[in-house]
Amino acid sequence: MLEFMLRRLFAALFTLVAASLVVFAVLEVLPGDPALVMLGMEAQPDTLAALRAELGLDRPLWVRYFAWIGDMITFDLGRSHAYKTDVATMLVNRLQVTMPLAIMAVTFAVCLGLPLGIMAAARHGKAGDYGVMMFSQAGIAVPNFWIGLLLVLVLSLGLRWFPAGGFPGWDRDFWGSLHALALPVIALGLPEAAILARIARSAMLDTMREDYVRTARAKGVAERNVLFGHVLRNALIPIVTIVGLFFAFQVGGAIIIESVFYLPGLGQLIYQSINNRDLVVIKDVVILLTVFVLAINLAIDAIYALIDPRPKIKA
Amino acid sequence: MKRWLGILLVAAVAVVIAVYYVTRPEKAMETPQTAQTTAPAPAAAPAATPAPTPPAKPARDDVIIGLSLEPPVLDSSLNAAAAIREITYQNIYESLTRIDRNGNIVPGLAESWTVSPDGKEYVFKLRTGVKYHDGEAFDASDVKFSIDRLIAPDSKVPAKNLYRSIDSVEVVDPATVKITMKNPDAFILFNLGVADAALVDPKSSPTNGTNPVGTGPFKFVERKEGESITLAKAETYRDPSSIKLNKVVFKFIKDPSAQINALLAGDVDTFPGFQAPELVGRLKADERFEVVVGSTQGETILSTNNGEGKPMAKLQVRQAIAHAINRDELIAAESGFALPIGTHFSPADPAYVDLTGTYPFDLAKAKELMKAAGYENGFEATLKLPPVGYAKRAGEVMVSQLGKIGIKLSIVQLEWPQWLSEVFKERNYDFTIVAHTEAYDIDRYARDGYYWNYVSEEFRNVYKEMVATVDPAKRAELLKQLQTIIAKDAVNGYLFQLAKIGVWNKNLVGMWENSPTPSIDLTQVYWK
Repeated sequence: MLEFMLRRLFAALFTLVAASLVVFAVLEVLPGDPALVMLGMEAQPDTLAALRAELGLDRPLWVRYFAWIGDMITFDLGRSHAYKTDVATMLVNRLQVTMPLAIMAVTFAVCLGLPLGIMAAARHGKAGDYGVMMFSQAGIAVPNFWIGLLLVLVLSLGLRWFPAGGFPGWDRDFWGSLHALALPVIALGLPEAAILARIARSAMLDTMREDYVRTARAKGVAERNVLFGHVLRNALIPIVTIVGLFFAFQVGGAIIIESVFYLPGLGQLIYQSINNRDLVVIKDVVILLTVFVLAINLAIDAIYALIDPRPKIKA
Repeated sequence: MKRWLGILLVAAVAVVIAVYYVTRPEKAMETPQTAQTTAPAPAAAPAATPAPTPPAKPARDDVIIGLSLEPPVLDSSLNAAAAIREITYQNIYESLTRIDRNGNIVPGLAESWTVSPDGKEYVFKLRTGVKYHDGEAFDASDVKFSIDRLIAPDSKVPAKNLYRSIDSVEVVDPATVKITMKNPDAFILFNLGVADAALVDPKSSPTNGTNPVGTGPFKFVERKEGESITLAKAETYRDPSSIKLNKVVFKFIKDPSAQINALLAGDVDTFPGFQAPELVGRLKADERFEVVVGSTQGETILSTNNGEGKPMAKLQVRQAIAHAINRDELIAAESGFALPIGTHFSPADPAYVDLTGTYPFDLAKAKELMKAAGYENGFEATLKLPPVGYAKRAGEVMVSQLGKIGIKLSIVQLEWPQWLSEVFKERNYDFTIVAHTEAYDIDRYARDGYYWNYVSEEFRNVYKEMVATVDPAKRAELLKQLQTIIAKDAVNGYLFQLAKIGVWNKNLVGMWENSPTPSIDLTQVYWK
């Protein structure tokens, strides 16, 4: 177990170094000059040169790369060119929206999708199964921003139960903030619940065909125990994988939902930093997202080992 | 089976409780002032019965203003973003002169001024007793500091070019400033009145980007990065009773349909610059809102690379393009919210001449000119577009219109930073569409190395004369000549003047209808 996790950790570190090189190289190749964006259409050769020097853009490539890596290792995220604010502060602000949103949306998806999937598998071929499959089909087909717009139209503008968007901030209005995140959580979570229901169902059905399930039934184990003790536990691996993926996706990828509900989340920060060519911010955020995804993957690996101690230890 | 029913039932009850719990505290929280962000006026009606017209309420003293783009900083000397100017100008910072809602130059922090007959010396008499938001006193040394910052040789100020004609600033006494010019500049009083010439205190200026301190009627309160910026009435302001608003919140909402939702839900009172004309119909139908179409300084043009080696270097080709442009179609694509222009000048300006008839829409004539230029079979060219709605809409129309005279345009969609580097700086393009939003930006035609690659001695000579002319009538005459020269040369395709579509709550009075300079001036805004 320890050796397995160590090896994974090592691979993760290697991935991180590779990612830092790729991020840096891509941003260098990307057309567009941060100083020019700041000066706009009135930019003059002299002001442009002065600003480039101030931002340190006139230093050689490798100097800038190692300066950045050095800062990252000492946990100094630097300051945004465009915003003149510490990147760490900006990140903390954005994560206050993004993390709760991601956690709640994944929880919502699991609480809705997993029971539905189990139910469909347990009632395979019956009405309930078809109902779940229909829900799942619809949920996968409909994009989340459309669900978001629909929810706003009905629940905010029509019934006035929820705000149409915005985020008041946890410290000043806790309930209002929770209230503001309700619709985005549903819009993000519903399609994921649909995917999860489908995956849980097929994983359960696959496991049900195993010999040990038949044996369990033959020796007279109650159906509930068969389902949760034998089938579900063995079907958990694909389910855990997909939940981890959902979580990783939502931290950086909820841009469209953030835009529909005008939430100041991480996705918006990435988008706007790319538009401003705010190189410091983009580099930091992308690397931190990489770290985050790697951490999630490590956690999933650890959970695999807990759920099913058999295979991957040697692999 | 019963078990599933049970679980579903429990889940349903849980959802109902959760919904109740989540909706209930809103009413309990309505007493603190923060409730306004979640439940503004129209939404404050009882949740169960959505009333289309809100109940009569006492006039409010706060306003929530929606903006598409968030300003990176709140100091116009650090960044060219228009949103900085819109928020800070007149509200937080003031300048020597000021530009009023009709584009007139009126006194700002300078009470009065005199100009020497040769146009080379300006003496400004300053207001006395003016204080910054942090209590510091304003005087002539701040004027010197602020303007020196613009003209310094190592200046990195985006608008440095507007102030190149200034030679030096001299403090005569604490209430008098003398500005000496290198050469007379007809626009200097205007340029000293815009957001870029904001007057600041040397002490607070290093942190103005994140914590702006000015002399204006509103002081900075807080910024929720990515979400909103809040201002409050400044008690240090010289005439506090003239300011009716106590609190101003700027909210940033990028997506046009989210903007509409925010207005309809009452989260926002106004979008002074609404940018999706195709969605305005939804707001016009709602009696709570007023939609006002005003003018901007944004000449939207088919920028044309006049450079050597391009077919467009030939006058006949450019004339052919001018004849092929049908402005009615272009304006229809803007849902009618635009004015036709025939030159690079704002129709709202008194010196404007209508030159839309210089090369009237005439395909036969256009084809003839193409033939005469040696391009009977047309040519292929790229149309590199910046990521803005009007460019996308006009771009499609241009592809079809120029296609009719054999110019096969292929659209290349660029991001803004790419556009600035590739088109604007490196001049690597054939055509692009962009709105030039600076006031009096006709001077670009006299510049070396500007991205149109246009060089005309005639224009430059008249321009030099115009800039040095102090007499307004004579200057207007020369401005008209300049407009005519570029229209005749068909330097660019002159398409339309961008409209300012202002949407606001019917009871909100005093917002600017036109936009002579980027500003959301709130000094005269109140609720009726």
